[in-house]
Amino acid sequence: MKYLMPLIISFITAILVAAGTFGPTRLGATTGITSGSALPGLSSAAKTPEQAVDKLLNEIQRRNWGVAYAQLVDAGNIDEALFTRDLTGNNGSLRTLSGLESWRLQPLHATNDEAQIRATLRWSTAVGPIRDVRDLKVLRQDDVWKVVWPVPTFPNLPAQIVPVNYLRWDLVTPNGEGEWGDRAVDAPHVRIVSMNAIPYQNGCVVMGEVVNEDTIPAFVNVNATLVDGTGKSIAEESSFDKISHILLPKQVSPYRVDFPNISLQEVKNVRMDAKATLAPTSSDPVIGVMNQKVETDSEGRNVLRGSLLNQSGQTVNIPHVIATFYDSNGRVVWVSDGYVDRPLLPQLPEPFAVEIPGPIVGKVQNYHVVVNYYNIAKS
Amino acid sequence: MLVLLSAGLTGVCLAQGADLRPPAALTAGQPTVIATSGSGEASFYLLGPGHTFRKQVHLGQEIPLGIDQVRTAGRYLAILCSANGCRSALFYVTPASPASLSFLAHPSRVPVKQLDAISGVAFPYDKFHNLVLAPVTIDFQLKSSVGDSISRPTTTQNGVAWFRANSSNQAGTAQLVAAVGDLSVRRVVQQVASDPCNLRVKGQRTAKGILVETEPVRDCSGNPVPDGTVVTFTETDPAGKSTVDMPIKQGVARAQFLAAGPAIISVASGVVMGNQLQLGGQ
Repeated sequence: MKYLMPLIISFITAILVAAGTFGPTRLGATTGITSGSALPGLSSAAKTPEQAVDKLLNEIQRRNWGVAYAQLVDAGNIDEALFTRDLTGNNGSLRTLSGLESWRLQPLHATNDEAQIRATLRWSTAVGPIRDVRDLKVLRQDDVWKVVWPVPTFPNLPAQIVPVNYLRWDLVTPNGEGEWGDRAVDAPHVRIVSMNAIPYQNGCVVMGEVVNEDTIPAFVNVNATLVDGTGKSIAEESSFDKISHILLPKQVSPYRVDFPNISLQEVKNVRMDAKATLAPTSSDPVIGVMNQKVETDSEGRNVLRGSLLNQSGQTVNIPHVIATFYDSNGRVVWVSDGYVDRPLLPQLPEPFAVEIPGPIVGKVQNYHVVVNYYNIAKS
Repeated sequence: MLVLLSAGLTGVCLAQGADLRPPAALTAGQPTVIATSGSGEASFYLLGPGHTFRKQVHLGQEIPLGIDQVRTAGRYLAILCSANGCRSALFYVTPASPASLSFLAHPSRVPVKQLDAISGVAFPYDKFHNLVLAPVTIDFQLKSSVGDSISRPTTTQNGVAWFRANSSNQAGTAQLVAAVGDLSVRRVVQQVASDPCNLRVKGQRTAKGILVETEPVRDCSGNPVPDGTVVTFTETDPAGKSTVDMPIKQGVARAQFLAAGPAIISVASGVVMGNQLQLGGQ
């Protein structure tokens, strides 16, 4: 009897260890919690296409690049460093500040030896979650399903000299001496040129455009205060990152202020306030927004697609696209934004897409895109 | 002291006769004496807006007040207390002649051709920093960089004078001067170009696509718009729409588009639209 209990405990422990070692991996693991097989290499082989993709994404989530690479069907065709760079990012891009949080798999078609799976990846990044949709081909080899990873392209930037002679504005701060009234430099003059408030989902959205009317750059922030019928303020919010904060002279930026929990029916009035301060800045880099078109993406969503062209000589680490959509009367009906997770290298186009909500797309007659950016060296 | 002060202010021991005779008019920083009558010892108190002191005096002698004791303009209360009781007298110290000017000019930058856009406010002070409340004529002058000048003498009211002026038609530095006698204070106001006017774009096909360029960008008064001002070029072709926010460099803004087919080019700066250009395909 005195050996029975230890034997039972040892037996159960052995079963649990075996189950943990050879058992199937979990789906959609939580960030920060290790998932997948306890001992890499000892896990069971993928018996279905979904299982193959899931195992691969599990290793990517755990940043086991070598193990993930070994699971590819075309491991001989794609360089491991290239595969890793595709997932970890480079040049200080947003991908370098990201981690794979979760994913959703959708089989598109399958035969006995080949399948296609749509993987909707959700990356947690420094600026919030980002979706990334990849259609992955999966092949069966020796009764094991393996993923064909699309070969990423990283263009080689030729050595060149790009002359840059744009203006730069510096700010001189007074040293505290001098007479009264002699030290003031007025803040830049900015003006809100349009404003529109619409209901959206369970709340409301205030949006429009702001222009820097001055001859110097401005750092701009737009605040909106919702006022009810009694004149009482019910909510106050700023545009946060839904605006291009640095505005050069005569530059126009859209803004959007979200109130997710306030119904527009409660709102009688909206008080707008554009705050502008002096900001040292440069008119470089210039980023062109090329070949913009409203299209439907592979998931049936309406998106504005285009490509960004960095016309300067410096790399832009994190581009941020903000699009304004107008109706036939020129009224702003929506402001959409999105971050691009690859860097903008000089003179090389980089695709982008921002979503247009379904109820809005029918009203859209025109659009305008501005590009904001964040550089690691400047932040 | 507080008791005496409250007594003096409430009139319990008001001055009687000519026992304490302060000067009828006194200018800030001007030494003076207060005559007394009677005999014996007494305590003298002077309560002013910026200075308070007590000293023992002999009645019948004059009490000297130095520069530092009457340098602040305002209402003074002199109190003399002897064995027979207290007597007090009020007198006023007025500011001396202007010795400095505080001058606020607004704004520091102003677009050209704006009505009443420039304002200046001046406050004259004497050498002890008392605001001069007596009417003083301040000569406001606005001198533009091209030599235009306006002068507007203005009399202060309650220690302040102000003026307004239109900005001139030409961009450049304007000097705003406020002067009283030999005293003058200078401020600089930048008069800058207004919104672009008659914004026009021209374009040509090149080996790389389309090169578009504005004509020299000027405002409606002919002033060149400052470099760095953003001009938005929009190119529409069958492949979609392309836009570039291009800063003006040396008076013009240029952009390059990669379109090969027919394209429509339009241009805008801020809320000002320019012309539209149609280019055929290659």
